[in-house]
Amino acid sequence: MTDARDHESHENDPHAGGSSENLPDSPAGSAGAVPESAEPIADPGLPAHEWRPTDVDERQEKRAERQVAGMFGLSAICVLLFLISYFTFDIGDNHSTFAGFGASTVTLGTTFGLALLFIGIGIIQWARKLMGDHEISEMRHPARSSDEDREATLAALNAGLEESGIGRRPLVRNSLLGAVGLLGLPAVVLLRDLGPLPGDVYDDEDYPGAGLERTVWTKGMRVVRDVVGTPIRAADLEIGDLVNAVPEAFYEVDEEGEHLIEGIELQIAKSKAAVIVVRMEPDEIIPGEGRDNWAVDGVLCYSKICTHVGCPISLYERTTHHVLCPCHQSTFDLADSARVVFGPAARALPQLPLAVDDEGYLVAQSDFTEPVGPSYWERG
Amino acid sequence: MSIDTSKVATSNSSAAVAKKPGRAGVVANWADERLGLGTAMKKNLRKVFPDHWSFMLGEIALWSFVVLLLSGVFLTLWFNPSMGEIHYEGSYDQLRGVAMSESMASTLDISFDVRGGLLMRQMHHWAAMLFIASMMIHLLRVFFTGAHRKPREMNWVIGCLLLILGTLEGFTGYSLPDDLLSGTGVRAADGFMKSIPVVGTYMSFFLFGGEFPGDSIIPRLYTIHILLIPGLLLALIAAHMLLLVYHKHTQWPGPGRTEQNVVGFPMLPVYAAKAGGFFFIVFGVCALMGGLMTINPVWKYGPYDPTKVTAGSQPDWYMGWPDGALRIMPGWESEFWGTTWSWNVFLPIIVLPGLMFTILLLLPFLEAWVTGDKREHHLLQRPRNAPTRTALMVSLMTFYGLMWAAGGNDIIAIKLHLSINQITYFMRAAVFIGPLIAFMITRRWCISLQRQDNEKLLHGYETGVIMRSPEGGYSERHLPIDTAKAYALTARDRDEASYVAVSTGDRDPNGLAAPAGRGSKLRGRLQTLWFADNIQKPTAAELEEAHHHAEHEAHGELEGVSADGHQFDGHHAVEGETLRGDH
Repeated sequence: MTDARDHESHENDPHAGGSSENLPDSPAGSAGAVPESAEPIADPGLPAHEWRPTDVDERQEKRAERQVAGMFGLSAICVLLFLISYFTFDIGDNHSTFAGFGASTVTLGTTFGLALLFIGIGIIQWARKLMGDHEISEMRHPARSSDEDREATLAALNAGLEESGIGRRPLVRNSLLGAVGLLGLPAVVLLRDLGPLPGDVYDDEDYPGAGLERTVWTKGMRVVRDVVGTPIRAADLEIGDLVNAVPEAFYEVDEEGEHLIEGIELQIAKSKAAVIVVRMEPDEIIPGEGRDNWAVDGVLCYSKICTHVGCPISLYERTTHHVLCPCHQSTFDLADSARVVFGPAARALPQLPLAVDDEGYLVAQSDFTEPVGPSYWERG
Repeated sequence: MSIDTSKVATSNSSAAVAKKPGRAGVVANWADERLGLGTAMKKNLRKVFPDHWSFMLGEIALWSFVVLLLSGVFLTLWFNPSMGEIHYEGSYDQLRGVAMSESMASTLDISFDVRGGLLMRQMHHWAAMLFIASMMIHLLRVFFTGAHRKPREMNWVIGCLLLILGTLEGFTGYSLPDDLLSGTGVRAADGFMKSIPVVGTYMSFFLFGGEFPGDSIIPRLYTIHILLIPGLLLALIAAHMLLLVYHKHTQWPGPGRTEQNVVGFPMLPVYAAKAGGFFFIVFGVCALMGGLMTINPVWKYGPYDPTKVTAGSQPDWYMGWPDGALRIMPGWESEFWGTTWSWNVFLPIIVLPGLMFTILLLLPFLEAWVTGDKREHHLLQRPRNAPTRTALMVSLMTFYGLMWAAGGNDIIAIKLHLSINQITYFMRAAVFIGPLIAFMITRRWCISLQRQDNEKLLHGYETGVIMRSPEGGYSERHLPIDTAKAYALTARDRDEASYVAVSTGDRDPNGLAAPAGRGSKLRGRLQTLWFADNIQKPTAAELEEAHHHAEHEAHGELEGVSADGHQFDGHHAVEGETLRGDH
């Protein structure tokens, strides 16, 4: 098959394959420091072979033969049952009942698994009971090649190098190395169009809220409930409530009823613009610097995207005003500008400045004043 | 081979003795005239493989990889790795009409509209877990028994690369359905990438084709998952196997089993049958697991939505330990000249796994450097006979285990009604202290086991027979262990044969001060630690003296009768024995 396998063939020939000096010379492998005679017990040698019942008793042998064939027979039956299950249990719509979806997977898996297992068990039983069970011994050889082979290889290598003149012609060698090295550049440069640069995404603004420093929130955009898209009136919120919310832009449609933001653009917008709205007693709030008018009647709005690695946050404990990220347990105090009180996150959740529009619904005063989500190199 | 086959089962021997070139002979002739297989196969067909249950662990990994290839090909026939948005219209009621990516929809189709599809999906996922778990346990077996030593260091390196690639393959695989759980994982991976200084943001934008999540990540992960990594895995597995065949398998020491030979069953027929049969067993177990045990029910999670998450979100278990490091890391972040250094993410999730895998890759070379042992080793060592090595791996395992537990700190807190904050603070200290304690305990434990081995050799095994001397004293009778067992216990190196002492300068016999750099001083200290307190096997003289003493005891002053009741303990015939205690 291969050269490596070819080197194997030294059965019963301790000296084949060149020097065996790498192999320790005593069974225990002591390298001369302790003489062989100090080995406490001499190698008793391989134990004598013991005949198995199937070797000496024809009835046992026949019995084992029947067992093995029986296993193979059972496997065939399982395959038959597999085919029956496949065509009997159609999965279809009725997945909740036993004879629907569940039965198909369970019976297919069981019959297929057993069909395989019976073959495996049968073969192994055959090997254990009926195949010859003489242990045989083969000599090892050191991993290294023989000295002659090494010399011959070195000579061949040197001859090849000499004839190529690679050592004598440094100009050729070095210019080749340089040229091949430069081939790495196309390999790297070709990957350039894997994606746009962060700055380009921001500048081009191909879609609403493009860029890490921006979201779809704009001045006056309503804060609406997630999933249903209804606007929120501050007065509708009880003290201690937490509402998962998104910008109204997610639900805006054009004249034909098509969503303005959809598909991948919607996913990107969601990954940055999701917020949580909470209401607490106004005197419990410790207003952050310059954030005195960011709350409306004790209603505060924060980014839902964790500043650690970006999971959405929503496990809220109303008595402490703490919100916990389910991914890595960073905990933020919403009463205190969402500063980190526990866990691996380093930054407070960005706060969305709130106001109320003419109809009394919560709206954003502006976009977030800092990038949301996990930190990154250029964030500053 | 002169093997007595006279009594071998007839069904077997008749097949082996071909009287005239049968059909097999014709085929063999055809193949040899074109491929020259005769020479290559001459000895390999009867190549010897030693037998031990622990050698099966790597085989589980190999066969589960084959199951992964087979079930994976099946899944590709229906899976559509696209992030294009569609409305699901398949059989699963609860999600009908919901907008999702085509990859999620096709995953649901495989699960609910393709017969056997869910079976194959679950088999694929279970086999992946089996693949990685068995690689890990195989790695531990190899290290604990010293099979990583010369000449097998390169195979250790290949094995470690297989483990890394297998882990990445797992991550790329479970991210493909684009469900809520895996999407959360990809979201976190985006955060990990962004924490890398200088290039992080660029890497994220290049991988996702723009801002997260973009529309490129699933197709790109798909190519990596079904082409790039499997190709590398296949090549490395082939290299792993070829080296195994070239080096010949290691074996446990025992009567007739030495450093120079390999004793076991020939490849054809016994080993081939056992290994081949075992493939069917691994395959069958995967099928049973796939049919009976639900795994990754993406229909319950729903499609990925960046604004949603479920409590208890966790990656597959093999990604758990870096996730634990991420959870217990304090929230450190620095800003210099307008740049952000997210130590809280970068250190635990990028630096730490890289560091740990580097340590893992270097272990055989570090050990060889410390001991200076340049000999080939083909006999395995019992873990107790290399106490420092065993302790080192157990401390690494403890580190891994604690990190892994930290990755489930929320689950632990909920199930055991503990404070998540306290668990986290505890883990922050435990991941440093735990491995040290584990190291010390394991090392002393190994040394005690070495002592016990010597006890057995010198004084025999405890029979459980209590002897009563004429004076009324009681003692337990010890009997010598049989020669084969005793030989296996002594078939190991003495430490003085296992290392090349570091020249420390002042001990140079020629009076010349050999240069003792800082490296060799460190090496000397490590070498002392490596072998310190090891118990050496007894010498022939010690053994003889002990046996002499034992015989003396048996026939001398301790002669007496075994305490009442021992007549019936099965050590000899019970006929004619009665209970003596008629008082």
